[in-house]
Amino acid sequence: MPRRKRLRKVVAPPGFKGYKPYGNSTHKKQFVELLYEEYEAMKLADYDLLNHLEASKLMGVSRPTFARIYESARRKLAHALVETREIRSVFGNAQLEGNWYLCGDCHARFTIPATLTEHVCPICRSIKVEIIKTKQ
Amino acid sequence: MKTVITSRGNTSKSLFDLRFGRAGWFCLWDDESGKTSFIKNEQAEAAGGAGVKASEKMVELGVQKVISGDFGPKAKDLLEKFNIQMVIIEDTNQSIKEIISRIKN
Repeated sequence: MPRRKRLRKVVAPPGFKGYKPYGNSTHKKQFVELLYEEYEAMKLADYDLLNHLEASKLMGVSRPTFARIYESARRKLAHALVETREIRSVFGNAQLEGNWYLCGDCHARFTIPATLTEHVCPICRSIKVEIIKTKQ
Repeated sequence: MKTVITSRGNTSKSLFDLRFGRAGWFCLWDDESGKTSFIKNEQAEAAGGAGVKASEKMVELGVQKVISGDFGPKAKDLLEKFNIQMVIIEDTNQSIKEIISRIKN
């Protein structure tokens, strides 16, 4: 049995559900799944301009593992660009900082403690709730 | 179930306070009896630890839900530990009465 994958800390999930190519002649249904941790690795390395060691510490993984996640992210993006594939963000092996939810109807943000079983908005009782990032 | 809404004043016409630890007043609303009561926040002007003190107060009052504009990191940790639901709304110009009527439905 392989060793279990440690959860990668992700401060904020991507602000998109996906990206679609446009202006392409052939429409392909296939898509590339970009994991949250791959998005986070790319953000830390190429947007926040951290070196891999600093970034790996932030994500709670070793530097070689970080490099592998980052490489996978780059390859997936290149794959999507070259083959005009759609990119979708997928949860993956991520651990989000705290669990906050957003109501799709009234835009209230809230937590759901372990004692509550129903996943409804505490303000308008809507069931259109979505997991989101924390404010920090 | 008891709910606390942060308030700037001590009447139901008062405006909602966006801060948690440094809110002027806490409006305690019981959805079983429908009664509201206002508790003054003594930590509103404190130099530090207001969020922690306010969270402790919530635990003491047996509140299950807190509605405010934002929570500090320490308050978040404490409220999470005691399984108190945190709700963030960003409507600055709503009175306590309006918010209560929103959660009643």
